[in-house]
Amino acid sequence: MASKAPRHDMPCQDPIVRGKNFSEVALGYTVETAAEEAKRCIQCKKPKCVEGCPVGVDIPQFINKIAEGEHLEAASILKGKNTLPAICGRVCPQESQCEAQCILGVKGEPVAIGRLERFAADYEMANGTSKLEKATPSGKKVAVIGAGPAGLTCAAELARKGHAVTVLEALHVAGGVLMYGIPEFRLPKAIVQKEINSLKDMGVEILVNQVVGKVTSVQELLANGYDAVFIGTGAGLPYFMKIPGENYNGVYSANEFLTRSNLMKAYDFPNHATPIKVGEQVAVLGGGNVAMDAARTALRLGAKDVYIVYRRSMTELPARVEEVHHAEEEGIQFKILTNPIAINGDENGNVKSMTCLKYELGEPDASGRRRPVAIEGSEFDLPVQTVVVSIGQGPNPLVTTTTAGLELNKWGNIVADETTMATSIPGVYAGGDIVTGAATVILAMGAGKTAAASIDAYLMTN
Amino acid sequence: MYKVVKRRQLADIITLLEVEAPEVAKKAQPGEFVIVRQNEESERIPLTIMDFNRDKGTITIVIQEVGYSSNLITRMQEGDSFVTFVGPLGQATEIENYGTVLCIGGGVGVAPVHPIARGLKEAGNKVISILGARTKDLLILEDEMRAVSDEVIITTDDGTYGMKGFVTHGIQSVLDQGIKVDAIWAIGPVVMMKSVANFTRPLGIKTIVSMNPVMVDGTGMCGACRLDVGGETKFACVDGPEFDGHKVDFDLAMKRSAFFKNEEAVAYGKVKCQCAKEGK
Ligand SMILES: Cc1cc2nc3c(=O)[nH]c(=O)nc-3n(C[C@H](O)[C@H](O)[C@H](O)COP(=O)(O)OP(=O)(O)OC[C@H]3O[C@@H](n4cnc5c(N)ncnc54)[C@H](O)[C@@H]3O)c2cc1C
Ligand SMILES: Cc1cc2nc3c(=O)[nH]c(=O)nc-3n(C[C@H](O)[C@H](O)[C@H](O)COP(=O)(O)OP(=O)(O)OC[C@H]3O[C@@H](n4cnc5c(N)ncnc54)[C@H](O)[C@@H]3O)c2cc1C
Ligand code: SF4
Ligand code: FES
Repeated sequence: MASKAPRHDMPCQDPIVRGKNFSEVALGYTVETAAEEAKRCIQCKKPKCVEGCPVGVDIPQFINKIAEGEHLEAASILKGKNTLPAICGRVCPQESQCEAQCILGVKGEPVAIGRLERFAADYEMANGTSKLEKATPSGKKVAVIGAGPAGLTCAAELARKGHAVTVLEALHVAGGVLMYGIPEFRLPKAIVQKEINSLKDMGVEILVNQVVGKVTSVQELLANGYDAVFIGTGAGLPYFMKIPGENYNGVYSANEFLTRSNLMKAYDFPNHATPIKVGEQVAVLGGGNVAMDAARTALRLGAKDVYIVYRRSMTELPARVEEVHHAEEEGIQFKILTNPIAINGDENGNVKSMTCLKYELGEPDASGRRRPVAIEGSEFDLPVQTVVVSIGQGPNPLVTTTTAGLELNKWGNIVADETTMATSIPGVYAGGDIVTGAATVILAMGAGKTAAASIDAYLMTN
Repeated sequence: MYKVVKRRQLADIITLLEVEAPEVAKKAQPGEFVIVRQNEESERIPLTIMDFNRDKGTITIVIQEVGYSSNLITRMQEGDSFVTFVGPLGQATEIENYGTVLCIGGGVGVAPVHPIARGLKEAGNKVISILGARTKDLLILEDEMRAVSDEVIITTDDGTYGMKGFVTHGIQSVLDQGIKVDAIWAIGPVVMMKSVANFTRPLGIKTIVSMNPVMVDGTGMCGACRLDVGGETKFACVDGPEFDGHKVDFDLAMKRSAFFKNEEAVAYGKVKCQCAKEGK
């Protein structure tokens, strides 16, 4: 049976070479490998993988089309449920979503659903000519605030239904974290822009340089002819550790570090005018995807030693397995069970070292993970010139604090009904990281999609 | 696009540009700023809104050449456009009737003080403005400031115009006349704001300064613009840029501003050598 064949590896750039460039690490399947991998799928009658996908991609169908060599068909099946397949195929935590449910995974390795998704989407980008048809106009107008995955998905779904959609984005390009956070070597920006262009082809209007909360407000949008509003402003507020020395030169938030490098292309300084500075020794605080991205970026910008400083153990790292693996291959050093207590500077206010404590794991805490406990007297100094803080982000308050009557939770996230994404204000919906706190691209997309369905229902009855 | 509709050279390295940006003009308030990018490869840099015209839909900025990006912008001509011109950002000045106020501008800092002085004047304050410059030729916007002030005091470091000395000498001269000052706005180089704050702290006069740390997004997303104000970390772009001058850690702010010095020199060198080639 085809299912006995081993899962096909993803060809990657050599770790030594890629540690010095910003080109994509994972190179993608060839037509032949994709066909072979697709043939491993046993085409379950009741496919569990689909349940594992937050947007319900028709996984067996699209995989079947790849097996048959109908790649454009495969892409169009994908796009029926997922407007950004080339992105999801690259950054979805497949191992804990669709692939986690794959029957083949019980005894062996699951079908490489994400890699096949990427293959089909890339194939279509390179060879496709398909243009989405424009729907008949409904006469309704919707404003979408924030052009991240949540806002973009919501916009696309509404446009499909014939509603006129305007997306308002604060930065000078659309894409949200996909543009400013996730590095080029993991998600090429040209691909993000291509997927966004396909939304423009559908008639979605994207206005950049629009900081809602300053240039306009939710109430004004509703008063000025928009029939509904979707808020997808993400979790863009960087948290700091609140330890001494955090304002020394050389301490960056992951957002600043990654924004300088990705969005402003500081890795191409001085051809691009935004500078970035990294020392020979760099400490990245945190253990999520953001920390991995910051660490691998620091390496590519010329750092000699890059440490991930994380207070739990390797098994608790919240980052995607594949990305931890890539980071290890590239030589990122993991200082686990370690937490900083102070950042030390020289007379010019530049970082010179970080004082840390060693930890051990105690009893499980409320999150079910074993709680890290500091070991007394374990203090040591780690010489570093750059510290990147990636311990999480909170909700961006610009919209939430300027919208009267919008219910927020104690962390400042918007309270939205889980099944409809409706907020406390009629006609106003929200989704993505601004509701859930920092999560994933596909969950944000799922929320955008759910909201679009509710908005459509609301528009047709009001 | 955001087109330059008027250009005026105010001093050797200081240029005024009036830019078409109707959405920004509709909402702009004194004390706020914009973030601009000149072209697709440019960095995002913050500039204070010096004036706004809601009818014409324009914003006026005044920029001093200090490095690569400001050089690029001061060379812009009427008809040229910015690719990014986002705002208004930051918190607007708290305009109230305080009584007698001093509006102090040092160097290019006179520009951001202008709409504040005008706002305070309209709110019924007695406005005494103190304009400081290193030398006469670098003094800008004198007529505009006279139009919105009850009295204008000019100080130059070298004594080529007005009173010889620093803006703090100007403050002293006001106090010497027995005038009770209720609040002070001071905008200019960080060292100037620091010395004004140090001067007024023992006198207990409310002193507001406008900080200019390095920024990237200007929307509270990156944390680059953080300052220590009264022992707390604040983001200048969303919490400021105006702060209580008696609480700001100016020394830290100065150190943070110097962080990219070497990189900035590299970029500046690039434009200088390009200009030389083009014979400019
Ligand atoms: C470095 C990094 C790596 C990550 N890696 C992964 C990964 O590998 N896999 C994965 O699934 N997830 C990953 N994530 C998480 C994922 O990117 C987010 O969960 C997702 O982007 C959330 O989407 P969103 O649309 O809610 O918000 P965002 O992507 O944050 O988009 C919000 C948008 O709203 C705009 N905005 C904010 N305020 C305003 C305003 N006032 N007016 C107008 N516009 C505004 C912002 O500029 C932004 O463009 C990563 C996140 C980061 C930071
Ligand atoms: C809220 C605010 C309002 C400002 N208003 C004005 C104004 O009205 N007129 C004016 O001439 N200048 C203003 N500035 C300063 C102006 O932004 C900088 O002079 C400019 O960014 C310098 O860029 P550069 O490439 O020419 O110089 P560089 O050679 O790169 O740097 C020179 C100095 O400028 C500062 N600087 C550099 N990059 C940035 C950045 N991205 N953000 C902030 N500061 C930076 C640093 O202190 C640096 O040492 C303002 C700054 C802030 C934060
Ligand atoms: S969108 Fe994500 S979860 Fe859904 S099938 Fe694709 S990779 Fe799996
Ligand atoms: S400039 Fe990024 S947070 Fe202020």
